[in-house]
Amino acid sequence: MRAIASFFCGLVFGCGLLISGMTEPPIVLGFLDVLGHWNPTLAFVMGGALVVSAVGFAFARRQPAPVFAERFDWPTQGKIDAALVVGSILFGIGWGLVGLCPGPAIENLATPSTELIVFVLAMIAGMGLYGWRQTRLPSAEGREPAIASDG
Amino acid sequence: MAAFDPVAGLLGGVLIGLASVMLMVLTGRIAGISGIVAGVVSSSRGERSWRLAFLAGLVGAPLIIGVLGGSFEPPPMPSNWGLIVVSGLLVGFGSRLGGGCTSGHGVCGIARLSRRSIVATGLFMAAAMIVVAIMRHGMGG
Repeated sequence: MRAIASFFCGLVFGCGLLISGMTEPPIVLGFLDVLGHWNPTLAFVMGGALVVSAVGFAFARRQPAPVFAERFDWPTQGKIDAALVVGSILFGIGWGLVGLCPGPAIENLATPSTELIVFVLAMIAGMGLYGWRQTRLPSAEGREPAIASDG
Repeated sequence: MAAFDPVAGLLGGVLIGLASVMLMVLTGRIAGISGIVAGVVSSSRGERSWRLAFLAGLVGAPLIIGVLGGSFEPPPMPSNWGLIVVSGLLVGFGSRLGGGCTSGHGVCGIARLSRRSIVATGLFMAAAMIVVAIMRHGMGG
């Protein structure tokens, strides 16, 4: 049941990305191009998504448990650390180079080009590199599970 | 040039928000795509199936839109292979190091008023805007 619900959520999420134009790098890059012919679409997408999810998450927090799971898995980290800062900057540089972030990159696999497949493989390799680095770190930070994070 | 469409943007945004809320209410998970993708490889079997199902839905969405009469084409990409590989590596590594991407931090995190996510979103947007400014207006322009 959990997988079926999750599939449906992915479908709705994908329709949202598609309708809003976020699967198209020119529209995303148009938002990031503040010195050029600026396209504010992404701000409207975020605005719509934030209003709905803020209200919806407030509702979710009042529920005793999710429908198909034992408990809610809210992110618990609160500290702004170097990893958050450096990681976000690196992610932003990569995002600005091509205009693809993970959601649209995966969704675009529906009509794949060689360029897109190479991008997605490089993205997965980048994630793997992070996981490999985590297993090699001797510090407490390195023992944290690689996936328990903000999203 | 890609057109500015506030209505489509808002409508799509509402669907993205709705999907994020549904994933939390139904399965108790945050709809952060970078975390979901990374978890397919690194998590246990029980944690893998819902992640694969979500990603299958994501890839399936264009087919639904296609049935409804919409169109979906391969995205325009740069022809420079080095640029594509570097961009993919940075998106993958950076989103994991930073704990999330546009969905996990930018939507779900800010909606929770998470300080981490607000800082992360500000940083990755600023970094991306600087990169685009350099690429489009800085080099020889």
